Amino acid sequence: MTWEVVIGLETHVQLSTKTKLFSRASTSFGADPNTNVNLVDCGLPGVLPTVNKEAFYKAIRFGLAINATINQTSHFDRKNYFYPDLPKGYQITQMDRPIVEGGQVEIELEGVHKVINVTRAHLEEDAGKSIHDADPINSLIDLNRAGTPLLEIVSEPEISSAKEAVAYMKALHQLITFLDVSDGNMSQGSMRCDANVSIRKKGDKELGTRTEIKNINSFRFIEKAINFEIKRQIKVLESGEKIVQETRLYDANKDETRPMRTKEFANDYRYFPEPDLLPVVINDDEIAEIKNNFPELPNEKKLRYLNELKLSVNDADILSSTKSLSAVFEKLIENGSDSTLAAKWLVGDISALLNKDQVELENSKLTTELIGELLNNISDNTISGKIAKEVLEECYATGESPNSIIKSKGLKQITDTAELESMLKKIVDDNPEQVAQFQAGKDKLFGYFVGQAMKETKGKGNPEIINKILRELLAK
Amino acid sequence: MQHKTISELHEMLASKAITPVELVEESLNLAKKYEFLNCFNFINEEKALTQAKNATFDPNNPLSCIPVAHKDLFCTENIQTTCSSKILEGFKPPYTATVVENLESAGCIAIAKTNMDEFAMGSSNETSYFGKVHNPWLKDHVPGGSSGGAAASVASGVVPFATGTDTGGSIRQPAALCNLTGLKPTYGRISRWGMIAFASSLDQAGPLAHNAKDCAIALDAMTGHDHKDTTSLAMEATKTVDSIDDFSSTKTLGVVKEFSGQLSSEMENAFQESIKTYQNLGYKIKEISLPNIKYSVPTYYVIAPAECSSNLSRFDGVRFGHRSEEVKNLEELYIKSRSEGFGNEVKRRILIGTYVLSAGYYDAYYKKAQQVRRLITEDFKNAFQECDLILTPTSPGTTFAFDSKGSKDPTELYLEDLFTIAANLAGIPAISIPQTFVNNLPTGHQLIAPHLNEELILQTAHHFQQDTDWHLKSPSMEDFS
Repeated sequence: MTWEVVIGLETHVQLSTKTKLFSRASTSFGADPNTNVNLVDCGLPGVLPTVNKEAFYKAIRFGLAINATINQTSHFDRKNYFYPDLPKGYQITQMDRPIVEGGQVEIELEGVHKVINVTRAHLEEDAGKSIHDADPINSLIDLNRAGTPLLEIVSEPEISSAKEAVAYMKALHQLITFLDVSDGNMSQGSMRCDANVSIRKKGDKELGTRTEIKNINSFRFIEKAINFEIKRQIKVLESGEKIVQETRLYDANKDETRPMRTKEFANDYRYFPEPDLLPVVINDDEIAEIKNNFPELPNEKKLRYLNELKLSVNDADILSSTKSLSAVFEKLIENGSDSTLAAKWLVGDISALLNKDQVELENSKLTTELIGELLNNISDNTISGKIAKEVLEECYATGESPNSIIKSKGLKQITDTAELESMLKKIVDDNPEQVAQFQAGKDKLFGYFVGQAMKETKGKGNPEIINKILRELLAK
Repeated sequence: MQHKTISELHEMLASKAITPVELVEESLNLAKKYEFLNCFNFINEEKALTQAKNATFDPNNPLSCIPVAHKDLFCTENIQTTCSSKILEGFKPPYTATVVENLESAGCIAIAKTNMDEFAMGSSNETSYFGKVHNPWLKDHVPGGSSGGAAASVASGVVPFATGTDTGGSIRQPAALCNLTGLKPTYGRISRWGMIAFASSLDQAGPLAHNAKDCAIALDAMTGHDHKDTTSLAMEATKTVDSIDDFSSTKTLGVVKEFSGQLSSEMENAFQESIKTYQNLGYKIKEISLPNIKYSVPTYYVIAPAECSSNLSRFDGVRFGHRSEEVKNLEELYIKSRSEGFGNEVKRRILIGTYVLSAGYYDAYYKKAQQVRRLITEDFKNAFQECDLILTPTSPGTTFAFDSKGSKDPTELYLEDLFTIAANLAGIPAISIPQTFVNNLPTGHQLIAPHLNEELILQTAHHFQQDTDWHLKSPSMEDFS
């Protein structure tokens, strides 16, 4: 039997606004429990929400980027349920009239392009956190996250494999980071998704019964969770049983999904329009303002890197693919670094170091300033490319500045022609046999002399000057 | 100072016939003297006296050093705010409601928090966890509700005015039953920040006072845009008192066809007396129709409970208020805390509200009610093409004995708000003012105006009070002790 997989994703993106969606409390991550909390976030009696327009602007930017319809008048609804980390006993969300409707996200998988339609994207507030393991008797509540703005992006059920789901999530991640809608930091929960998965016999028109896998927060887990769920569903159906429509959780440790307790989701949310907030109206001027200040998207960047900066396709591709790399790259050029050199180092040795440790550039010790300093030392011949690798590794490991590493280790390149010439003469004099062989036509031996010279200078001799003098000396 | 109006007290303070401290002391003494009325949940003696001692009387400010009592659903920093509910017993908010702040900046000295129906749900003040309030006009009879304590505190002369809130008649009906003037402004006129919500789209604060002019003085201090409440109108504070004596133009008062025949003959006679007074003052009377007004009570009892069922979810025993002891798990924490903390009427409305919002019932009840609400609002718009103000009775009867209404069938009590509810549904301003007594007990009539037309309401009410003296009558309270 051939099965066809149908997946729809609901992605929650935490918006990178300074303050919360309905209060002026800070949204900063990692603060002490219950310190980013004000009267509104606590849901005290008598308090009222006020709307943070910045969240709307970010949502609109996303909507415009995916060619969606922007509802210039949208309103909020209440989703009612009881949970201790939901202070008001309801979540303020957009049910009937979301800010963003429709739109398309293009994904690429093994060279094949596909468009995934977006149903809607709406704004809502996040809940707080319940902490069950910090106190032996009580569950504790941290409301720092309560009221943080989320954009929930709902895709049409048009994704047909776990790999496609990951590609879609990566495309979204790229968009929201380039658009400065979110920091996209998945380990801090800035982007997480619920996957609706069903399978049907190939050719069937009707959708199969779906299950919903809740709260997956890494690309790797999305793929694993969906693949597990597909296999599980096939097994169930092939054994003649039926899929139960339910909500499941992915357990990364056991690499399996399992049903959540029914109580956790068996809710009638009793949605109704939020009477404490008037409909939010975005005027044409605001939309125009957003359009005028629209950030450059990856494709546009790539073209500019190719056409204006004359980067190679590979370098342009890689540098335009992530927000953090492109931001550092552009800052380096802005500060005067050569674009080809900057691209070469970012894509080459720097990426290699980061990949080895699975670290993002922004979480490493390498800052734009440090990288710039390294590149300057290469450009002005203070150090050779080979020494630069050594300096980079040291800098990456310790965060020490390239200038100070070069100084303390005495890595400055030797460019004094007289000094190099006398050293090279000595090498030539000490190796008459090799000189004879070279002059007899064994060209490869040139490298031998260069090697000796580098050994002598501990790699600090300027290779170009050495080459030039050696040629002259050996030509005799 | 007892039974004096704001304006009279202002004169006394200005002429130094009384000092701010003497005024506040007397107000506090009267509060104690009439303790048996049970007007107050909390008397703010120490703070009020300190404020009076530190106060400088400002002759240009009509509310300078005037005592006031706040309904116990306005949050007052570090002063208990209970909504007359066990679930908030002892709750001291960390902040103060905008209305309270506005009146304080106007110079008022708050002496107490007034008793009310629990969470403002009731029309008789009988649902209070802290006990019933006596109507100062008749022992063991209700002052009306939900702002019953507020009404009784002004009627007994303890304070010249009090703040109330009106979701379906909770200022106007007690004003009528206690011989006061009570104004429900346009929705959005007064900030709801710090006013503990019953039904967000209907709740509106307002003053209860002896006459229209005092209501105007209080209103002007209570209004104004508040950025903390997005439903508050982006408008300056009103200046209604400046033009209150302007009776220059001839106005037409609409009398609602659909309300005829709803009153007992005695109540009808009192209402007809008011109509005659207006006619004598030169007002034109015209019959108008509000075709959908008959649906206002059922519409209200879908929308208000729906909103309250959600608004009251935050009272869960987790962060503040009553938490049941010895609960075994989370579900028990919720069920026990809320079962113990809420009274029957509140529970009834939470249940109704939860039901009408439930999947499968939403369209039939909540959505339908919102549609009818729009029709009622349209009815008013159409009616105001034909008249300047609408004149109706305020309540179907006078005060009634404790436990006499609604104990078997709660909807009996809901009909107390038959005439008042529609103004809340339409969000338009309305006032209740004293008129001819029935069986020696106060009654009131209501003036309803188009959106934002508080000025016209207050002028007209003031005009009526220039020609009548019902509002000058005070209860003796002799048979209480």
